[in-house]
Amino acid sequence: MKNSPEKPSVALYVTCLVDLTRPGVGFAAVKLLEDAGCVLSVPETQTCCGQPAYNAGDQGDARALALQVIENFSGYDYVVIPSGSCAAMIKDHYPKLFKDDPAMLKRSVDLAQRTWELTAFLRDVMQYSPQNVSCPGSATYHDSCSGLRELNIKDQPRDLLGAVDGLTIVEADLAETCCGFGGLFCVKYPDISSAMADRKIDDIVNTGADTLLGGDLGCLMNLAGRMSRRGEKLKVWHVAEVLAGMTEGTRPISGDKDAK
Amino acid sequence: MQSKTAHFKENAKKALGDAQLQRVLDKFSTGFPVKRAQAAARLPEFEDLRDAARDIRAHVLDNLDVYLERFETKVIETGGMVHWARGGSDACSIIGDICKSVDAKTVTKSKSMIGEEIAINDYLEKNGVDPVETDLGEYIIQLRDEPPSHIIVPAVHLSKEQVAETFREKHTDLPADRVLDNPRILLDEARGKLREKFLSADVGLSGANMLVAETGSIALVTNEGNADLSVGLPRVHIVLASIEKVVPCMEDAWTLLRVLARSATGQDLSVYTSFVTGPKRSDDLDGPEEFHVVLLDNGRSSMLGSEFHDMLRCIKCGSCINHCPVYAKIGGHAYGWVYPGPMGSVLSPALLGDVSANDLPNASTLCGKCETVCPVRIPLPEMLRQWRNRQFEANQMPTRQRLGLRAWAWLARRPRTYRLVMEIGTGLLTKLAPRNGRFKNLPFAKGWTSKRDLPAPQGKTFMAQWKQRSNGGSS
Ligand code: SF4
Repeated sequence: MKNSPEKPSVALYVTCLVDLTRPGVGFAAVKLLEDAGCVLSVPETQTCCGQPAYNAGDQGDARALALQVIENFSGYDYVVIPSGSCAAMIKDHYPKLFKDDPAMLKRSVDLAQRTWELTAFLRDVMQYSPQNVSCPGSATYHDSCSGLRELNIKDQPRDLLGAVDGLTIVEADLAETCCGFGGLFCVKYPDISSAMADRKIDDIVNTGADTLLGGDLGCLMNLAGRMSRRGEKLKVWHVAEVLAGMTEGTRPISGDKDAK
Repeated sequence: MQSKTAHFKENAKKALGDAQLQRVLDKFSTGFPVKRAQAAARLPEFEDLRDAARDIRAHVLDNLDVYLERFETKVIETGGMVHWARGGSDACSIIGDICKSVDAKTVTKSKSMIGEEIAINDYLEKNGVDPVETDLGEYIIQLRDEPPSHIIVPAVHLSKEQVAETFREKHTDLPADRVLDNPRILLDEARGKLREKFLSADVGLSGANMLVAETGSIALVTNEGNADLSVGLPRVHIVLASIEKVVPCMEDAWTLLRVLARSATGQDLSVYTSFVTGPKRSDDLDGPEEFHVVLLDNGRSSMLGSEFHDMLRCIKCGSCINHCPVYAKIGGHAYGWVYPGPMGSVLSPALLGDVSANDLPNASTLCGKCETVCPVRIPLPEMLRQWRNRQFEANQMPTRQRLGLRAWAWLARRPRTYRLVMEIGTGLLTKLAPRNGRFKNLPFAKGWTSKRDLPAPQGKTFMAQWKQRSNGGSS
């Protein structure tokens, strides 16, 4: 499945949340990757990357799921994921899961090296920039923790968004502060989690932006869910949806009914 | 200090509902990180210093026995005494005995988290000795009979109005017309009271920021100079420190001091940095006649070589706490014991040694901010995860959570069954979805919908749609 460097073979790992709740983000990723010149595949047997198990202390299940992912995604030039958190799981944590198993360690490192978060891949590997996409308005960007601190994803989405017509980015003071999602944390400690989200939302509202963007659906669902509970009017999108020009006629994550 | 870690959830809820506390925390959690960032930016070699600090602390832990013995020898050589205490009660009785031997009535204390850990104040009071806290923050919370809420700013949970109220209530000789409206005046008010105590104290009890093996000195860092008074004036000075605080030499101590205050408060150095070596010598103008060092283990040696080994590198700067988004919402008391925030969530379960603190390592989003600001680069999120591993292995996770987690993993390992179940599930949710596309209340997802709306699925799963698209040949 090796392809020329200009037309690499790319496997899309959509992630559970995108698959189950917001397939539009997956199709946005498909469009972006195809526009960028990738030969795209979507391995059919993909499920969960094992992060929930891993972070809950269930190393056995995490390892079994990691093994499954390693098998599912072998042979492609790249594996691309529209989530910093799932990408970091593969890039940073899979090798730790297999540190005592040299053969598996080698395979996990090989996968880790081929795995990319979507915006980083588009900008840094494909040198892609969106053409003729417009999204009038002002948006603020939430830097999700894993992407930011484990994969250094900060400028990549902003650079790509810079090519979107009519869109201005206003930075929030707490752009890099955790939104309180934290995987299972948000349902185990809903009071703390929503208080953390409120702190973020106050800060986001303060920017005056009409839109919130981010690269991780978990965080976005948390913030959007809390915003709509509070009655905030901001629209929330995954960055891929905006970059692919797929917001028209689609309901934002925040569920504003007028938008559909 | 009595542990309330088992009531974490209730404590957190209480803190979230306390409007006054939320105001103080808001201010705190924006102030400290900015100061730390500025201090780091002012020093080009700051990141290299963090590496050096990490290496010094790691080296100490690998050779802890050697440096502790060297420290002991030096303390004895300079005329002091060293006492080894395995647990908190051992340390309490050693300190109690020293107090008794000089018939002490009053002990002035400078801030010591180890003192909180072993509840030395309660012990002394029970034995007829009056412990007086001399750090302003500690003094305030002692008057209020509260535990500290932060390891370097123990009264950070209070507003200055609350402090003024406390003084009016407890300082009975305070004239009613005395204005107490700014921090400087409050400090003076406390100082006036403390000055009498300093002069009348028989014993001074302090912690130690470091124990220097090369010289047998202890390093004390404060912003108020209270440590110097509480150790310099009384006849007897007792140092209470945990064993991992030792460092090889003065040069290493200075490397650590260069990152300590910058990480903690954003100062280049704290206002007072003192090194105390042994009792008063014949040509010294002042100083204590007796110098005792109590070295406490209290569970630390069992962390050596374990998955929590690296936690002992901690120099108690508080930076991880200052930057923690969970702490920023719930404050220190919610954690229920001496050490709050990320460092506390790793340390408390180890030092308490039972399941009572099980919530703490779970009550984190693993956002990773703490690790980026720890001067000795402790991988705090990884340590929290290690506690979760232990809890899972020991079957201590609540049954419903465990079952849910395992069921999910079971499904995820069977891609075909997984697809089937997910198609049915999303199909159902899509049918049930309210017109505006958000669920307000889903009985099986209460953890989510108690506080947030749940966006309904957009339609069929991505994988189902992708299959249709591929089969239909349209692209
Ligand atoms: S863990 Fe690191 S940041 Fe936290 S108190 Fe200790 S040394 Fe400071």
